Formats: sequence, C-alpha cells, structure tokens
Amino acid sequence: MAGATLPTPLERASAPASASQRCGAAPGRGAPAAPRRSRFSRLPLRSAALSVLSLALFVLAWHLLTTYRVNIYVRFMNVPSPSDVLASARTALASSAFFDHVYMSCRRILYGFLIAAAVAIPLGLLMGRFRLLKELVFPVAEVLRPIPAIAWVPMAIMLWPTNEESIVFITFLGSFFPILLNTLHGMATVDPVLVRAARCLGAKEIALLREVYLPATLPQIFTGLTVGMGVAWVSLIAAEMISGQFGIGYFTWEAYSLVQYSDIALGMISIGALGLASSWAIRMVGRLVMPWSAAR
Amino acid sequence: MTAIPLKRPVTTETPRGTAPTRGRIEIRDFGLRYETAAGATDAVSSVSLTVEPGEFVSIIGPSGCGKSTMLNALAGFLKPTSGTVAVDGKPIDGPGADRGMIFQQYSLFPWKTVRENVEFGLKMKGIDRAERARQARTLLGLAGLSQFENQYPDALSGGMKQRVGIVRALATGPRILLLDEPFGALDAQTRLIMQQILTNMWQRLKISVLFVTHDIDEAIFLSDRVYVMTARPGAIKAEVAVPLPRPREPALIMSSEFLALRRGLMSLIREESLKAMGGEINDDAMKGLAANFEGQDIASAL
Ligand SMILES: Nc1ncnc2c1ncn2[C@@H]1O[C@H](COP(=O)(O)OP(=O)(O)OP(=O)(O)O)[C@@H](O)[C@H]1O
Ligand SMILES: [Mg+2]
Repeated sequence: MAGATLPTPLERASAPASASQRCGAAPGRGAPAAPRRSRFSRLPLRSAALSVLSLALFVLAWHLLTTYRVNIYVRFMNVPSPSDVLASARTALASSAFFDHVYMSCRRILYGFLIAAAVAIPLGLLMGRFRLLKELVFPVAEVLRPIPAIAWVPMAIMLWPTNEESIVFITFLGSFFPILLNTLHGMATVDPVLVRAARCLGAKEIALLREVYLPATLPQIFTGLTVGMGVAWVSLIAAEMISGQFGIGYFTWEAYSLVQYSDIALGMISIGALGLASSWAIRMVGRLVMPWSAAR
Repeated sequence: MTAIPLKRPVTTETPRGTAPTRGRIEIRDFGLRYETAAGATDAVSSVSLTVEPGEFVSIIGPSGCGKSTMLNALAGFLKPTSGTVAVDGKPIDGPGADRGMIFQQYSLFPWKTVRENVEFGLKMKGIDRAERARQARTLLGLAGLSQFENQYPDALSGGMKQRVGIVRALATGPRILLLDEPFGALDAQTRLIMQQILTNMWQRLKISVLFVTHDIDEAIFLSDRVYVMTARPGAIKAEVAVPLPRPREPALIMSSEFLALRRGLMSLIREESLKAMGGEINDDAMKGLAANFEGQDIASAL
C-alpha cells in the first residue's frame, strides 16, 4: 500500500522542472523567470518528497514489526500497530476528554513558557548591560541550572498550593535557563561599534537597550526560545506523568496503567506533533519580528 | 528642525562665503593612558591641535599612534588622562549628537532600513514619526540614495553603507564631523567618489571636520590643514597647511603643488612609520634587502 503511493511524489518532483523549461523556451515569455521558478520549485519539492518517503518507510517498518510481532530481544508483541493507533485516534478525536487533555497541556506550556520569556529576556538584557546585576545573579543561576526541571517536582508540589501551579512552575523552570543564557550570550556579542554609533546619535540608556541591544540580541533570544520550548515540553510531560490529573503526559501514562497500549502511542504522537507545532510557531514569530534576517 | 542646515541657500563658490562661528575643536596638552592588566600604555601624549569652525583638518600618522584614541576622546567615549578636549570652549562630557562620528567599521544598524537608520538620531531627539520620515527622505534624496531607502544595510555595497553612515551622522545637524579612516575598506574608485561626496556635503553644511586617514593623497585632497603624528605615544610632529584652491578636481593630484606637498608629508610619515615598526632599518639590514639571489631560491643561496 505504502509502496504504491511512493513513486507519485518523486514523479511530481521532476514534472515542474520540465514544465518550466518548456515555459522558458516559449518565445518572449518570462524567460528570466523560468530558471528562478525551476530552482525554487524543484528543491523544496524534492525535499518534501524525501520527507514523505522517510515517514512512509518509518510507518512501514512499524507496521511490519508489529503485525509480525517481531521478538528479537526488543519485544514488539504488545506494541500497537499503526492501524490500532489510527482506530484509537478516531475514538479519541470524537471525545472531548482527549481535547481537554491537549488543552490543559497547551495552557500549562503557554503560561510557563510565556512567564519564563517575560522574566528571562529582560533579566538577560539587564544582566548583559549591568555588570553588578550579572555578578549578583549569575552564581545562583549557575547553581540552579544543572538541576533538571523534573527533579523540582517534589519541591514544586510543596511550594505551590495547587497542582496546576506546580506544573506551570516546572514548565517555567525548564524554559527559563535556556532563554536566560542565550539572551546573555547574545548581549555579550553585540557589536560595540553599533553601541557607540547609537550613543553618538544621542541615544541614552533606555533607548540603547530598546533600539540596539534588544534587536542585536534577538537572533540569540529566538535560539533560546526554541531550545526553551523544547525543554518546557520535556519538563511538562514529566511533571504531568508524575503529578498530573490532566494533560497529554497524564493521558499517556494513564493509558499504560489502564493497559490501553494504542493510547500510549497516540499520546506520544500527539506530544511530538504539539512540540513540532510550537517550535514552528516560534520560528514564524521570529521571522515576523526580524524581517531583516529574512532579507539575508 | 534639525536638518535645516541643508536647506540654507547653497553657495557653490567659496565654502567660507559666510564664515561659520560654531564648531571650534580645541585640544590642549591632551594625553591618554590606557590602564590594562598587562600595565599602562601611553597612547597619546601632549597633543595640542585646533580645528577652526568650518575647517577641514586631517590627521595622519603611523598605525597605533593614537589617532582613534583622540577621536574617541572627542566623541566623548574616553576621558583625557591629562589636558583638555573642548568644543566651542566647553569641555566634552560624554557622547552627544552635536558631534557626528563615522567609524572605520560599517556601523549601520542591520535591523533598520536605510531610512530608519537615517531617522535614528532624529528619533532620539523626540521628533515625531512623520517629520522624521520627511527629513530622512529629503536627506537621502540629496545624497542620491532615495531608491535604497527601504533596503536593509546587508543589501548595500561598502561604499553605499558609508554614504548612508555619513547621511545618518549629518541628519541631526552636528557642528562637527569626526571620521576615523572612513574609506579605508573601499576600493580606489569608490574612495574617490566618496571623497567628493564628503567635500560636497562639508561645503554645503559648513561644519568642522576632523578626518583621520593613513592615505596621504586623501589627506591632501580633502584638507585645509594636515597634522602629522609621531609613533606611539602619539604627539604632533608637524602641521602642514594645504593652500590648494577649491573646488578641487581629481586632476589636481597630478599638479606640482600637490606633488610637492605629498613629497613633504611622505618623508615625515616615513620616519615615523619606521619608528613604529621598531626603529630605523640599519645598514646591515639594508644590505640584506639589496642582496641579489641571482635566480637561486633562498634555501640554496643560504
Ligand atoms: N582599549 C585599549 N586598551 C589598551 N590599549 C589600547 C586600547 N585601545 C588602544 N590601545 C593602544 O593604544 C595605542 C593607540 O591606539 P589607537 O587605536 O588610537 O591607534 P590608531 O592610531 O588609531 O591606530 P590605527 O591606525 O591602527 O587605527 C595602540 O598602541 C593600542 O595598542
Ligand atoms: Mg584607528
């Protein structure tokens, strides 16, 4: 089945190229546009075709391993097959409970991550600007940073009155340090000539931060946000598995306890999709706020 | 408001038709010492120089003699260790928009378009958006940069970037323009064009210019006066007036007056450059340099 669909994207990949060559040969019509179009369309199509191929091969392998219940030290006996997962996805998507779990996780990520960004970015900018602040805060950050957010779970439950708050706190902690450290690193690499140029043009401290340091640091800030978002998901899922009552992490763990094996895979796939979607969203926001780097 | 100087009636004859009265640079017994972990370095010692209002003055000197240090003190980034640095009688206290500066490195903000870059100084003055845009457009038009106003600096050539940098520095209407080897990274042709643009702007705006360069031709071609500095610690070795008539055409550099000035400056600089490189080349070394290997490679000659 998968084999039959495969050649199609590959055939499609070569089709536009020849079409545009024909278009280029047509007299007086878009001759300069033709090579540009073929270059632009062939490469993304090729890589899209290869992505589809690689995913299809993965699903195929999964399908074969589970339908033949392969058992070579690693045991695929109880692993749900793709069609099992598809079936349980149908039931899950028809129920509101599944969406509640997804919604809860997204809300926790959003709160934890946004609070982390709102604290870490200004703190990083100020620490990069004022030595004293950096020297005061950095030691604490260095001591806390190596502690994985998951290790905070018991402490978080003690610290915060509600379960919800402690999970958001864990998510916050997970994304806080990558954002802070990347912002700091960005501040350290701001070109001093740009700062001096701004000061010669009459910029004072606040204007320097807003007009020079912040935009100069944005690329690193977005690196930090992307990494931070990844760690936020890792921390969230762990926290939900340990102490949650809702959320996609809890859903996945509960599926294991209730011996609903296909829901485990469904939970995992959902987590992957959510992680992918959130890093894509950060990339889009990055492009929006840094139009100059898109021009490069 | 601030870009108004450009709107004054333009006199094309002599630059000093109406003599400007502001923008006098006065450096007295200036000394600057860098304190580093490795010890103290005297970068500049007891330099005195003046730039009269509306004058174009160049500084040339060997590498490391403290030219940038002096400009940075004028811009307000460094405090003199000794002596005074003053503009119109007032000692300099920190950087400000009354002194425009052009750096050797390109210093346009990559995250701002050409027009936003030019608007920057006006924005810092609190001028509203519409007025800023209007003034920036006018200035870019005068500099022939209108078609680039919405581009980001990364899309511009080196010469274009420095041109925008000059326009940006002039936008706030400074009395003084400080330039630190601004055309050092440009090719010879672009450099000539930039020199003419700079001369043109200077004549129209009647500002004082202090121009650092290591290019003797450039210094003579542009300046009313040239200061030659000694090797580190930098001091003034000589002050040379350039009595060449203006406007100056590129052909001027072939004239005998120009060449005479050039010869004089050349020998002054040469002495200092040799010192900066660790003393005079002695007779033995000269002999070595003159040795003829008669077609052998060095290894077999030795
Ligand atoms: N921040 C600093 N700390 C210590 N020493 C410095 C510092 N900046 C410059 N110096 C030293 O001071 C001297 C003068 O430096 P400066 O940059 O002013 O020279 P310059 O004349 O502009 O040289 P160039 O022609 O190479 O640009 C140099 O010997 C340099 O090594
Ligand atoms: Mg220098």
